[in-house]
Amino acid sequence: MSFLATLGRYSLNSLQEIGRVFIFACTGLRCCFAPPFFLREIIHQLISIGFYCLPIVGVTAIFAGMVLALQTYIGCARWNAESAVAGVVVIGLTRELGPVFAGLMVAGRMSSSIAAEIGSMRVSEQIDALRTLHVDPIRFLVVPRIIAGITMMPFLVLIADIVGIMGGFLVSTTVLNFAIGSYINQTVHSLEMIDVISGLVKASVFGFALTILGCYHGFYSDLGAKGIGNATTGAVVSASILILILNYMLTALFFGI
Amino acid sequence: MIKVDFKNVTKTFEGRIEVLKGICLQLHNGESHIILGQSGCGKSVLMKCLLGIIPITSGDIVVDGISVLDKKQRRQYMRKFSVLFQGGALFDSMTVLENVEFALNQINHDAKTCRSIAEEKLIAVGLDQNIFTRYPAEISGGMQKRAALARALAMAPEVIIFDEPTSGLDPITGGVVCNLLKDTIAGTGITAITITHDLKVAEFLADRVSVLNKGHIEWTGKESEMSRCGNEFVERFFRASKGIINHRK
Ligand SMILES: Nc1ncnc2c1ncn2[C@@H]1O[C@H](COP(=O)(O)OP(=O)(O)OP(=O)(O)O)[C@@H](O)[C@H]1O
Ligand SMILES: [Mg+2]
Repeated sequence: MSFLATLGRYSLNSLQEIGRVFIFACTGLRCCFAPPFFLREIIHQLISIGFYCLPIVGVTAIFAGMVLALQTYIGCARWNAESAVAGVVVIGLTRELGPVFAGLMVAGRMSSSIAAEIGSMRVSEQIDALRTLHVDPIRFLVVPRIIAGITMMPFLVLIADIVGIMGGFLVSTTVLNFAIGSYINQTVHSLEMIDVISGLVKASVFGFALTILGCYHGFYSDLGAKGIGNATTGAVVSASILILILNYMLTALFFGI
Repeated sequence: MIKVDFKNVTKTFEGRIEVLKGICLQLHNGESHIILGQSGCGKSVLMKCLLGIIPITSGDIVVDGISVLDKKQRRQYMRKFSVLFQGGALFDSMTVLENVEFALNQINHDAKTCRSIAEEKLIAVGLDQNIFTRYPAEISGGMQKRAALARALAMAPEVIIFDEPTSGLDPITGGVVCNLLKDTIAGTGITAITITHDLKVAEFLADRVSVLNKGHIEWTGKESEMSRCGNEFVERFFRASKGIINHRK
């Protein structure tokens, strides 16, 4: 009985939390379309997501591309279908690995730092100070981060796609002894516009999810060092899970399965 | 004339934690009022209720005829106040000068005027030009308090609130900040509310003192009458404050 009660309470709390996140996300999104905007903050966030996340996204992408080429080769060799490697690498990267890896890496880097930053601003009463200046904390803190997430993630994923394909190319032509010309040819022929576009749309959605969860956890953390610690962990974990769930849903939506 | 009127204000968190239990208090225009009380008695909560940052559970707060509950006149209500927060609450992402400019920007859109008022206020609180371009994390607590005071003053408020103005400062810096506050109050004739548990600050700044205890105002009156007001808690608070000071000597 007490087991059931615990389970019930846990489920109700989770549902309540999901509802709160949803309302928070709607409020944030609505504020993105109505002035006033804080341009300086927006530029600041664009740089901190678009520029400072480039190295980790790039490194992740290049190794993802390399290992994808290697594994695909091993698999395809069993069916004498080695010529499919280039196609699998390019489609796999643009549709799935590029957006998902970039999303997870940026979630790890940004969601946590957003949660910590907003959490500590709350502790040091900076958010109260904003309210006394009649500045809406959502517009000042959340909107710039959402905008940066939505616009910079596609850019990062595009870079990840290019770098990842180059990684696959490198492994294929050096380790696996593919001919350079035909590999490039196959890459170009297998790629369709929808592959890239679906990846970029996913990137935008992930960008929104990971910034909004960072902000949410920052705003509703318990005060104190432990509270902020929990908030950063919660932000990264929830953002990563949400990215994987959204990824499946978007794939199903795009390719009509 | 009455400036701020607390009408039987209560605040209960999450339906069970009663912090304020019926606060009735009237502040006169232009007076310097001190709210004294032990740590955790709800002084900061009272301040945030006054600002409307924390919604009150029942009762009302009226400032110049505008109620804190009046959503339509929220902006006018907020414009009356400036706050010097306990830790300064300067925005981390902006330099000292930008902090003051940002505040001014919310009421005055001319960038040039903002800059000149900001510089004037920062100099008035005794900050050096070379501090202007530093970030809050790069300056000392005393300087942060001064910069925050400059930001508060720049807004030209009708009511200014000081939350624990001397906490976390050494006695000399604390004294300097207190003097700044006194000059501010004397120079502008604004209504000042100072929240503190330090009787020395009260002695120095107060026109009138209110003592907050267990969610009630125990007593309101002149600081000089505190020791023989007849209220047991207030007299105990007074004796304890004096005792600690003697003990230190
Ligand atoms: N959001 C909240 N939820 C629940 N309880 C709260 C909340 N905010 C404050 N309290 C409680 O209200 C009481 C008063 O807190 P407050 O910060 O006003 O104290 P204070 O008088 O300012 O103390 P100090 O001198 O230490 O600053 C505390 O016991 C605190 O636990
Ligand atoms: Mg306090």
